[in-house]
Amino acid sequence: MPNHVIHAKAEIQRPVSNTLIVLSVLAALFLNGLPWEGIWLMLRPDFVAMVLLYWCMHKPWRVGIGISWGAGVLADVADASLFGQHALAYAVLAFGGVVLSRRLRMFDLRQQTIQVSVIFALTYAVYALVHWQLNGNVVWLYFLGCLTSTLLWAPLSLIFLAMRQRRVDSE
Amino acid sequence: MIDNTQSFQFFNRGPSPVVRLVFFAALSLLLLFIDVRYRYLESTRSALSVLVSPVQRLAAVPGALWQQAGNFFITQSRQRSLIKENDDLQRQHLSDAAQILQFQALRMENLQLRNLVTLPIRSEFTTQLAEIVYAERDVFRRRVLVSKGADANVMIGQVVMDGTGIVGQITRVYPWLSEVTLITEKDHAVPVQVLRNGLRTIVFGAGDTSQLSPRYMPVNADIQNDDMLVTSGIDGIYPAGIPVAKVVKIERDAAYPFARIACLPVAGVDKNRHLLILSGPPKLPERPLEKSAAADSEKRAKIRRKN
Repeated sequence: MPNHVIHAKAEIQRPVSNTLIVLSVLAALFLNGLPWEGIWLMLRPDFVAMVLLYWCMHKPWRVGIGISWGAGVLADVADASLFGQHALAYAVLAFGGVVLSRRLRMFDLRQQTIQVSVIFALTYAVYALVHWQLNGNVVWLYFLGCLTSTLLWAPLSLIFLAMRQRRVDSE
Repeated sequence: MIDNTQSFQFFNRGPSPVVRLVFFAALSLLLLFIDVRYRYLESTRSALSVLVSPVQRLAAVPGALWQQAGNFFITQSRQRSLIKENDDLQRQHLSDAAQILQFQALRMENLQLRNLVTLPIRSEFTTQLAEIVYAERDVFRRRVLVSKGADANVMIGQVVMDGTGIVGQITRVYPWLSEVTLITEKDHAVPVQVLRNGLRTIVFGAGDTSQLSPRYMPVNADIQNDDMLVTSGIDGIYPAGIPVAKVVKIERDAAYPFARIACLPVAGVDKNRHLLILSGPPKLPERPLEKSAAADSEKRAKIRRKN
């Protein structure tokens, strides 16, 4: 483990390797890159946003606005969208995650989901705003992705928790 | 990295989240603006895509597998049409083979006849197979780029044909590609003969349609529908006797000095993907120089002196 974290809350803040963070972001890019089509594309949750928000919330001193912005640039390249579109959205998302991190970690999953939905809505609003500035119309259907992202928040949190738990157990 | 107590973090963290947000938001807005207005960032994008492309390629795998499975079933259902196509090709092959045998016999006969009249034998030509790589995007320019270039000793002026007739001529040679101007290009000329009676003429491309037309044929010229036009070999660029076009329509209007004749190319000028490049044009003795403009003016002066 390259970085040792002296944890205050033994329950949640287990040591997390940088490899896990990088791999999870790459996996999210992979999931975003699957050939989604038609209605499935509309319903596609933004996996990268979810993973980044998770890390911003749980490790705000390691994954912050800068790293999220970098991941956003990579997402722009992967999506062939305009440079800065995802980067701007993810910077806003990370800001929400970092600022609210302490409060969010106090909540249980159900309360978190409600708060997180607002952050996702803001992120999607940034996309919609950029799209509106460039093309002059807003595709409301794309906000469906915001909904699915929110719904998948709880499963994602549980998966990450299980992974971190097992990581600790195996050591 | 050491996670200090939370009160200390605030001082060690550097700029506050708000400052960072403003900084990165401004940076992304700047990127957006540059990308929309100037498109300067393509090289950056391609550099970053090196990082992302393995993930993308991985993400394309499930879709590709799915498509392959679909293709397998389509192939199964098309098997019958494939069998039929195979039969057709077999039949075509047989008839072609018969024609080739006939052609060989004729060539031997021709050789003997030439020996008799002691004409210089036209040089045999060899062919190179080339594939069409790019087609010209402009509808009014009939050009294609083929996959053989200077590396395969292609030279400007070589003739390009397919299995049935003349397709065009090499007009530009790049290291690995060469440009073929098709015979249907506007004002592209091919010297031809009518196969039936040996009448000599020149066909020109029309440019906007895939038609050809012999332009300066008198109204009373002996030419009929379905006449085959073959290269005459005059001018030494095109080898003689290769089919070029077939007459499809003749308008003889006494009001005009020339008949309007429309021909269609015999070769699949805009159909095939593989073309044959004939080896260099046969060497002919140098053409005598035409009288230059200077000579003309001298002559005019002489006439004036006479007067």
